[in-house]
Amino acid sequence: MRGITSWGAYLPYRRLDRTQISAFIGQGGGRGTRTVASFDEDTTTMGVEASRLALRGSDTVPEAVLFSTVMPAYADKTNATTIHAALRLPGSVPAFDMGSSVRSAAGALRLGLLSTGSRLIVTSDQRTGLAGSADEAAGGDAAAALLLGDGDSVVAEYLGGASATDEFVDRWRQPGEIRSKVWDDKFSEVTYVTLGRAAYADALTAAGISADAVDAVAVAAPTARIGSALASKLGAAKVVADLTDVVGATGAAQPSVLLINALENAEPGQTIALVVLGDGAEVFIFRTTPALASYRPAKPVAEQLAGGAPLAYGRFLSWRGMINVEPPRRPEPARPSGTAAARSKDWKFGFVGSRDTVDGMVFMPPSRVSFDGTRTDQMEPAPMADVKGTIATFTVDRLAYSPSPPIVFAVVDFDGGGRLPIELTDTDADEVQIGGRVEMTFRRLFTADGIHNYFWKGKLIRG
Amino acid sequence: MASHGIRDRVAIVGMGCTPFIENWPKSLDDLMIDASNEAFASAGVTKDDVDAYWFGTAQSGMSGIPLARALQLQNKPVTRVENYCATGSEALRQASYAVASGAYDLVMVVGAEKVKDTGYQGLNAFPIPNDGTARTLTAAAMFSMIVPAYGNKYGVDDETMRSVLTHIAAKNHYNGARNSRAQFRKEISAEQIEKAPKMAGTLGVFDCAGVADGSAAAIVCRAEDAYKYTDKPIFVKALSFVAGNGSGLIDPSYDYTTFPEIAACAIDAYAQAGVTNARTEVAMAEVHDCFTPTELVLMEDLQFSARGTAWQDVLDGVFDLKGELPVNPDGGLKSFGHPVGASGLRMMFEAFLQLRGEAPEERTIDSLAAGRKLALTHNLGGYPGEMVSFISLLGAEKD
Repeated sequence: MRGITSWGAYLPYRRLDRTQISAFIGQGGGRGTRTVASFDEDTTTMGVEASRLALRGSDTVPEAVLFSTVMPAYADKTNATTIHAALRLPGSVPAFDMGSSVRSAAGALRLGLLSTGSRLIVTSDQRTGLAGSADEAAGGDAAAALLLGDGDSVVAEYLGGASATDEFVDRWRQPGEIRSKVWDDKFSEVTYVTLGRAAYADALTAAGISADAVDAVAVAAPTARIGSALASKLGAAKVVADLTDVVGATGAAQPSVLLINALENAEPGQTIALVVLGDGAEVFIFRTTPALASYRPAKPVAEQLAGGAPLAYGRFLSWRGMINVEPPRRPEPARPSGTAAARSKDWKFGFVGSRDTVDGMVFMPPSRVSFDGTRTDQMEPAPMADVKGTIATFTVDRLAYSPSPPIVFAVVDFDGGGRLPIELTDTDADEVQIGGRVEMTFRRLFTADGIHNYFWKGKLIRG
Repeated sequence: MASHGIRDRVAIVGMGCTPFIENWPKSLDDLMIDASNEAFASAGVTKDDVDAYWFGTAQSGMSGIPLARALQLQNKPVTRVENYCATGSEALRQASYAVASGAYDLVMVVGAEKVKDTGYQGLNAFPIPNDGTARTLTAAAMFSMIVPAYGNKYGVDDETMRSVLTHIAAKNHYNGARNSRAQFRKEISAEQIEKAPKMAGTLGVFDCAGVADGSAAAIVCRAEDAYKYTDKPIFVKALSFVAGNGSGLIDPSYDYTTFPEIAACAIDAYAQAGVTNARTEVAMAEVHDCFTPTELVLMEDLQFSARGTAWQDVLDGVFDLKGELPVNPDGGLKSFGHPVGASGLRMMFEAFLQLRGEAPEERTIDSLAAGRKLALTHNLGGYPGEMVSFISLLGAEKD
C-alpha cells in the first residue's frame, strides 16, 4: 500500500480583501479575500513552513525531496536545497526542483507516487499579476507538503491515476516576469474540460472503481470557472470547495492544498479524487485508511483560514514591488557572505544552536567555548526551530532598514534555555508585549546582489 | 580584575577640540589639523616635539597614514586605534601607557570622525562579511529596550519614566546651550522633547544623540615633566577598559536594566584611582549619553546612585549643572552629536577645562569649589548585552 503518510498546508498570515482593489485603482478586485505572502516570504520559505508541518506529523525522514513552484526564488541555483537545509535533512537525501509550471507540481506528486520509499513533495506558489488584473485578485499564495510512503502509516492510499498531456497556449510568461498573459478563456475552458474528462475516465479505470464510488472530487484549475465547469461533469458525490473565495487560486500549491483540505474533512474509507488542470490534466485517486482516524495534522487548513489578518492594498502593492515606498534613509544591507553562510549552515538554515554538555547553557548562535570561558568544544547541537519562547523585552525600530518598516523586535527567551534578540514577523507593533509567546518561522530577511538572505524570525503565538 | 593602573604617572598638558557640527565645508584632514594645532598651542609644543601619535577613528580612515599625511608628520610612529564608540578614549589609553612605559616622552592623541559624508541618518557600521544572521537594528532600538525593562523592574510607571528621560535630555541640552563647541545650542523644553517624532520604542528624536563631524586632540607626557609644558596639567588617575563578551545577548538572566561591562569597568577604575565612594568623591562626569535611558542606567553602573534609585536622583536634579554631581556639563552627546573617534576626547576636553578652571562661567560647576577633585569620563560602544566600556578618572593635583 502506497500513499500519503503525513501533510502540511501553509497559508500566509496576511489576507487581502478584494474589494480594496477597485476602490484603490479603479478596476479589478472582486469579492472575498486572497492570501498574501509577507514581504519576507517567498515560495521557498513557504515551502519550508509547509514541510515543517508535514514532518511534525511523522517520525519519517524523507528519502528524497521534490520541490515545485511557478515562481522560484532562484534560477540556476536549486531552491529545494534551501528547504533541505532548513529541515536539517542528511546530505544523502536528494533534493530537486521541478519547475516552473502548475503541471510540474502535479508531476512531482505523480513521480513521488510512482516511486518507492518516503518522498516529501513540496509545492509552493506566489500568484502575481499587474495591479487591477484578474490574476492579482483571483490568485493566492500558499504552500503544501505531502509526505508519501508505504505500509501501515499510509492515511490515504493511492488507488491509481491517469494523465492527459497536451500542448496549447493557455497561460504564459517569460521567466522572471510577474505577469502571466492568457489566451481566450473560453478556449481554455473547452480544452480543459475535454482533457479532464478523458483523464478522469482513465483514472477510474486504473483505480478499478466507478464514478459514483468517488466520495469527493477536488479540482485544481487555472480559474475557478474552469474548475467548476469540469467538476460538475465528473459525477462525484461531492465537489470539494476550491477555496478561491478565501484563499485564491494558489497555482502550484493548489492541488496539494485542496487535497489536504479534503483529507482533513474526510472519514476513513472514503475515496477522494484530485484533478489538476495545467497544460493537460492529471488525476489522482486516493482512499483514506483506518489510520486516518488517529492522524492529527499539525495545523489544519481550517485553523489557518480562521486566523489571518487584513492587509491594506497599498502595502500589498509595495510588498509585490508594484509601488516603491520611500525606505528609511539608512544603508541597505550588504549581501551575506556565501562562504560564511556555508560554514554556519546549521545555524542559518536549521536554527541549531549549541548546548554545553556540562552546564546545559544554550548558545544562539552556537559557541565553541563555555559561558564561563573555561571549556572548549564540549557542546552538542541544540535544535531550536521548534522550541517556543517568551518575550523578555521588545522595541519597534522606525529607523532601521527593512523592506517593510517598522521592524518589530524582541529579546526572546526560549523554553528550556537560550536567548536571542530577534525580529518578529506577522506581528503588528501594538500586539507585542513582555511575556508574549513566540514561535519561530523561516524567512527571507532581504535580498542583496541577488542573494536571498534566509534566516529565522519569531512570530507571535495568538489565542 | 588585575589592573595596576598608572595613577599620577602621566599627565595631559594640552588639548584641542573643534566644534562638533554637521561640518559640510571641512574634511577629515581639516578637522584633525584644527584640533591638533589647538592642542599643540595649548601645550606650547610643535609636532616635531611629539615622539609618537595615536589616531582614533572608527570608520573615517585606516592605518596611521591619514593623520601622518594630514599633519605632514616626518618619520613618526602613528597607530590607528578602533574600539567602537570608545575609540577616542581607547586611543588616549594606549598613548598614556606608551608614555608610562618609558618608550616615549611626549605623545599626541587625535580622535576624528567625518560621519556626515555617508549621506545616511545615524551611525552606520562598516559591513564585515558575515552569514547574514546578525540583527540589523539601530542603536536607538537596542537601547530603547532598557525603558520598559527598567520601569518594570523598579516599579516606575510609564509617565514617570518619561519624565526621567525628559529631564536627562533637557539637562544636557541646557548645558549644551552654554557651549560654543556644541552642535545643538538651544535649550529644549520638556514639551518639545515629549512631542518629538518617535524613532524606536518610546524614544523620540530628543532621546537620541545627534550625529556630527568633529575632532579632538590631547598631548600627554610623563607626570614629572608636566610642569615643563603647563602650569595646570591634568593627571591621569585611572584608565579602565572592558570588552564585553556578548553574554547579555544569549543569557536569559540579563534583564536590560544595567550594563555589566560598565559596572565592572567602574570597579576597576575606582580601584586604580583609590576612590571608595564615587557619589561623594567625583566632582563631575562626562558620560556616554547616546540615548537618554543609557545615561539613566549609567548613573547606577558608575555607582553614583544605588540600584533602582537613579531615576529619583535624576528628577531631584543631582546631576544637573549646578547639582551635587554634574553629569555632562558640556552638553554630552545629546548636544554635541557623536563623531565616534573624537567623542571620548571631547569628554576629556570638558574635564580638562573644568579641572583647570577654564570652563566659561555660565557652565562652571560648583562641585569642584566645594572640594571635590576628580573628573570622570565614561565612553561606551556597542549595545545592551554586548558593549565595550571605558572609564577615566582625572585630577588637577597629584595625590
